[in-house]
Amino acid sequence: MSEALKRTPLYDEHIALGARMVPFAGWEMPVQYAGIIEEHKAVRGSAGIFDVSHMAEFRVFGFGAFDFLQTMFTNDLHRISELGQAQYTLLLDDDGHIIDDLIVYHSGDLEYFIIANASNADIDFAWLTQHATGDIELVNESDRTALIAVQGPEAVRIVTELAENGWVAPSRFHIGEAMLDTVPALIARTGYTGEDGVEIVCRAADAPVLWRALLSFSEVSPAGLGARDTLRLEMGYPLYGSDMDRTNDPISAGLGWVVPKAKTGYIGAEAVAAVRATGPEKKLTGLRVEGAIPRPGMSVLHEGVEVGKVASGTFSPTLQTGIATAYLPVSLTEIGTTLAIEIRKKTVAATVVKPPFVSSTSLSA
Amino acid sequence: MSHPNDRAYSKDHEWVMVDGDVAVIGISHFAQDQLGEVVYVDLPGVGDVLSVGDSFGEIESVKSVSELFAPVSGEVVEINGALGDSPETVNSDPHGDGWMVKVRLADAGELDALMSAEEYDAFITEG
Repeated sequence: MSEALKRTPLYDEHIALGARMVPFAGWEMPVQYAGIIEEHKAVRGSAGIFDVSHMAEFRVFGFGAFDFLQTMFTNDLHRISELGQAQYTLLLDDDGHIIDDLIVYHSGDLEYFIIANASNADIDFAWLTQHATGDIELVNESDRTALIAVQGPEAVRIVTELAENGWVAPSRFHIGEAMLDTVPALIARTGYTGEDGVEIVCRAADAPVLWRALLSFSEVSPAGLGARDTLRLEMGYPLYGSDMDRTNDPISAGLGWVVPKAKTGYIGAEAVAAVRATGPEKKLTGLRVEGAIPRPGMSVLHEGVEVGKVASGTFSPTLQTGIATAYLPVSLTEIGTTLAIEIRKKTVAATVVKPPFVSSTSLSA
Repeated sequence: MSHPNDRAYSKDHEWVMVDGDVAVIGISHFAQDQLGEVVYVDLPGVGDVLSVGDSFGEIESVKSVSELFAPVSGEVVEINGALGDSPETVNSDPHGDGWMVKVRLADAGELDALMSAEEYDAFITEG
């Protein structure tokens, strides 16, 4: 055994609910409670709550906060100039490769709140610290905060019922304060499931009270990392470490939309411009497979020759088929192209599709 | 849910129930619980001849794949085709409607190597 796994403030709650715990990014996390498919359907149909307290939270504030983050991140912070706005963004290295994908929230005057992947928490914070200017404060809030995602068509209604009278949930991709039950919290109208919902940031010690308050609603089911993965992949949301890492640029990863062409001066900008000028060689591509489950690392074949490997792959509980992503030569990424995936001893047909794999959710409604 | 004592169990978490010279094979309650919700079951064809220990199929959940290993030798005389459309039966009724194959026993002596329900419960508790 290597280092001891970390536990979130909700560890005891998971054990009490009979969760199956697995190691994930250095944490001991619930992968499932009742079952991945059941939890997946609960989120699509009603509401699920996820303990995502393993994720990292940073706060950046000061007169230089805008300029600093504008240099660090690919997306244009001018797009979230109003208080409360949020955006999905990327942190790139000098070669234009992806260090992490994050959400940055304009949480206060001269202040930004950042949620980053657990697996990159230390790397991101070290990178930001290394580049920090003298006119900002950079605070790692990860250890003292918990993060609970409430996702599903009923999620916002339930959180609103827990909040004080007259509270109105922030709009999509916005953040705001609330007193939930007795817990002071930041409520972000964001998520990773394709359903409407919120992510609640609170003090670590308050997390169990809030978790139980949410579970007191009969419409709410606890959901684990297993369902989180099937939900996010149905939407084609990339997962850091599977769909992109330090070997991929944002254009190949299909994330050009968070790297505005007009923006310059951020780390990695020249490298991205070079990829844009020549066009990427490979693109992260969606694949649909009938009757089998493609899994990460499996070979994608074109006319019997390997042209890529499955990046993310799982069973879609909504479609009842296999779904996957893979970096493929651009010439093979046209929608409808038939390829194959080597699934153990069998070669199974795979069709190129444009994610999201599932298009009808409470977000699209 | 416990493991019924009307059948024998293998270390690969299959159960074997003998009726005359035919053995019905499925996976144990413990195995289906470990696997999680089953989404695909890949079974051999009728007429396939299995030797004890052979991989004769696969059972797949959202998170994992398990091979099925023949707990006894013999010819496959029937497969549970209903699992193609409703693989979840393996979870809901692993010891009944979730059976997988029926095999004509080649060597009834192989049954001696299997465990009783009590022995199997002890085996899974030891981990």
